[in-house]
Amino acid sequence: MHTPWQAATALKSDAKELRPLTGNEAIARAAWEAGVRVAAAYPGTPSTEILENLGTYPAEDLHAQWSTNEKVALDVAIGASFAGSRALCAMKHVGLNVAADALMSFAYIGVNGGLVLIVCDDPGIHSSQNEQDSRIYAQLATLPVLEPSDAQEAYEFTKLAFDISEEFDTPVIVRSTTRLSHTRSTVSVGLRCEVPPRVFLEKPSKNVMIPAHARARHLVVLEREAKLKEYFAASAISQWEAGDKSFGIVTAGTCYPYVREVLPNATVLKLGASWPLPEQLLRDFCASVERVFVVEELEPIIEKEIASLGIKVEGKRFFPRAGEFSPEVVRGGLVQAGILPAPPSLNAWVPEPVVRPPVLCAGCPHTSSFMAVRASGARVAGDIGCYTLAVLDPLRGIDTCVSMGSSIGNAVGMAKAGEPKPIVATIGDSTFLHAGIPALIDAVYNQADIAVMLLDNHITAMTGGQEHPGTGKTLRGDPAPQINYEALIRACGVQWVKTVDSYDLAATHQALREAIAYRGVAVLISNRPCVLDPIKIKGPPLEINASECTACQSCMNLGCPALTWSDEWFEGRHRIKIDPALCIGCTLCAQVCTIDCIKIASSPVTP
Amino acid sequence: MNEQSKIAALNADSEPVAFNAALAEPFNVLIVGVGGQGVIMVSKVLAALAQAHGFEVKQSEVHGMAKRGGAVFSHVRFGQRVWSPTIAKGEADVLIALEWAEGLRWLPHLKRDTGVFICDTKRIVPPFACLNRKLGAKMRYSTETAEQVSAYVSEAYAIDATRMAEELGNDRAANVVLLGALSTVLEFSLPEWEKTVTSFVPKKTIAVNTAAFELGRNWIVEAKTATPADDAAAKAAPVHAHYSARLEITDAWCKSCEICVKLCPERCLTLNADRIATMTAPEKCTGCRLCEWLCPDFAIRVHLDTEAAVMEAAR
Repeated sequence: MHTPWQAATALKSDAKELRPLTGNEAIARAAWEAGVRVAAAYPGTPSTEILENLGTYPAEDLHAQWSTNEKVALDVAIGASFAGSRALCAMKHVGLNVAADALMSFAYIGVNGGLVLIVCDDPGIHSSQNEQDSRIYAQLATLPVLEPSDAQEAYEFTKLAFDISEEFDTPVIVRSTTRLSHTRSTVSVGLRCEVPPRVFLEKPSKNVMIPAHARARHLVVLEREAKLKEYFAASAISQWEAGDKSFGIVTAGTCYPYVREVLPNATVLKLGASWPLPEQLLRDFCASVERVFVVEELEPIIEKEIASLGIKVEGKRFFPRAGEFSPEVVRGGLVQAGILPAPPSLNAWVPEPVVRPPVLCAGCPHTSSFMAVRASGARVAGDIGCYTLAVLDPLRGIDTCVSMGSSIGNAVGMAKAGEPKPIVATIGDSTFLHAGIPALIDAVYNQADIAVMLLDNHITAMTGGQEHPGTGKTLRGDPAPQINYEALIRACGVQWVKTVDSYDLAATHQALREAIAYRGVAVLISNRPCVLDPIKIKGPPLEINASECTACQSCMNLGCPALTWSDEWFEGRHRIKIDPALCIGCTLCAQVCTIDCIKIASSPVTP
Repeated sequence: MNEQSKIAALNADSEPVAFNAALAEPFNVLIVGVGGQGVIMVSKVLAALAQAHGFEVKQSEVHGMAKRGGAVFSHVRFGQRVWSPTIAKGEADVLIALEWAEGLRWLPHLKRDTGVFICDTKRIVPPFACLNRKLGAKMRYSTETAEQVSAYVSEAYAIDATRMAEELGNDRAANVVLLGALSTVLEFSLPEWEKTVTSFVPKKTIAVNTAAFELGRNWIVEAKTATPADDAAAKAAPVHAHYSARLEITDAWCKSCEICVKLCPERCLTLNADRIATMTAPEKCTGCRLCEWLCPDFAIRVHLDTEAAVMEAAR
């Protein structure tokens, strides 16, 4: 059912093969087939796997790279487009906030080689700090946004996006969501189509955005939007599926399968592009049915546009503006709207097992860093990464967390506002390189009295272990120059810089006390590799001498998943035991044990 | 098979789930567990199997936090036409759980009248469940009993898959034991199962995984005819004497070093105006004795009084 418009793309390939692919894998495949030569991204759930997958295609076909942040990644892709090659940039929704500056100007400039920006939204906030709707950026930048509904469409729309990009001289956004990016279904794939690079277009009036040029380009952009409206109205990616006339549903992207699941035979207008919207098509569709509903996740973008045409439309009255949709949510809205009868009550028994939020791994070096931070009694500006989990029991080591790189700037503000407690900013290595360096220079320049703890675990851990400029390897695993943090930090003007071993709890405590006591900007680097990536670390496990354990629970303050209560009791409290399969032998529990009863296990456990 | 490994075979009296040959309505399998257990592998095997059988398949999971010991779940739907990638509450035909509490968490997703529940009795206790210093504190895990589950679900199996895999010498094969169990309730042929499972495990582990698969499969077949055994997990917790904690601080020996104040996990000590350690939040004190052990001057003694002793003193 996806075939009718395929002939419209110049990239049709006859060699077809069926493969089970996730949305992200399908996007990567399509980019490779579409002849992309340069792809760049900063890792971010749920978009990370797109570049990881592109890195598995031959290096002679395309250059795939991790950039230091999303703005740099987009600038790299833009550079490739200027140079005449097809380019792809991928990011999560909040990454677009970082890249937005470049995007807004590039929207005026347009492309030379086709440029597609993949943005993966996270409705339901599975692994993010908010659930902003990226379609609003498309409106703001006056850019087209395609919304695939499954992996097959993710593949097809990505290829189509390159054609649209070059035909209409515009960057194109393809919007995915967590559900689409991480759902696997069958995709019919083809072969790579070599697109010869275009020559550099020497045209400053288009490529250099000074006011005089930009004023002219803005008019071109508005004209382009009008043409795209006509194009999408005629395109087969806008599907009008006729059915009952009493009501019709306008939907797009991942909401479409939910609508079809709940209403297999309804009249549906499935928009392949959710911006710009095809006015005449919407008018015709709405006129053909008695009631019109818009089913869209997050913001009422399509709904408002239809309402602005003077058409009576219902949407957010029944379908929530927050959270991820599901068949249940869509059904619930339709029941409320009187379209579907209320389903019989399930009368379900709801068990209440223990909650299981994510935790820091056994042996995670962040554990000791936050033991020290908590003991310092400081006000702590946190940042984004695994260590944000230190906000939870038992570490409770973070007071704030805003966005990538915010910790240092937040700390400067707290210090300047006269916060009475000492101020510590905690930031991971990848986050520091992403957006922490300008803030550190700001702190030095403005002579803030703060301590920064750089949690250097040698990897981008939260997103599953991606390389970055501090790891000495590229996305494809080739050797690369490695950042020297101490030298970098000193070059920013910081006088007090010290590195400690995260696994030396006493040294970490002492060094943090010194950093806090220092008047001015002090940077303490807490240094230990992540226990999961790039290699899974597993040392000999520790063992608790059960007859000596006094059940003081000191080790439980670490929140280590390898430590649990045993069935033995001492003075009314559970003694502790160590799961040898999980313990990696970091010795932190042995370091906090008040009676020194934790030692390396006498007999190593077979794996 | 090992008799000990059989924890409970609950009301196991129904027949394997027969797909309607056309499978006009999608078949829904929900696979749940904890990060690192192999939930995704189980769902990939099932998805590949269904696809090879000619069905349309959608397999949906959410990762990101999963590696960090969080809950993991994967929806697998297959049939002639599959729309939604997720399974609605009360719509799962089979729920496979690699961990006990996770199985319970997703139970409301199972079909009330026909759903099949296959759950490893493996318990992975998160650190949060043991964060209570109070005397006599109990672990916060699941309190639901096997009987409650059996009353709720039409067909339920609690299988000690992890121990069965351990006995084969590889506890990571527990998920394949569960696949073996699953193979008895889905209508794919045995050769199809074996071919797909072996294609998803590392070459070196094919032998152990094949054994694990057979173990799980045979266990279910036997469980269907066996009478339920006692639920070992429902053992009564020991009863402990009720203590209350009381601190005795010798002011003359305190030299204001503040070690006890800084290291008390409950922050119930402070230095008073004379810079002597003082108990300021006795209701928070758990009697853990840390201050007693850490005081370099032996100025603190912790008394754990039984209820009887407290009553005695009051009199």
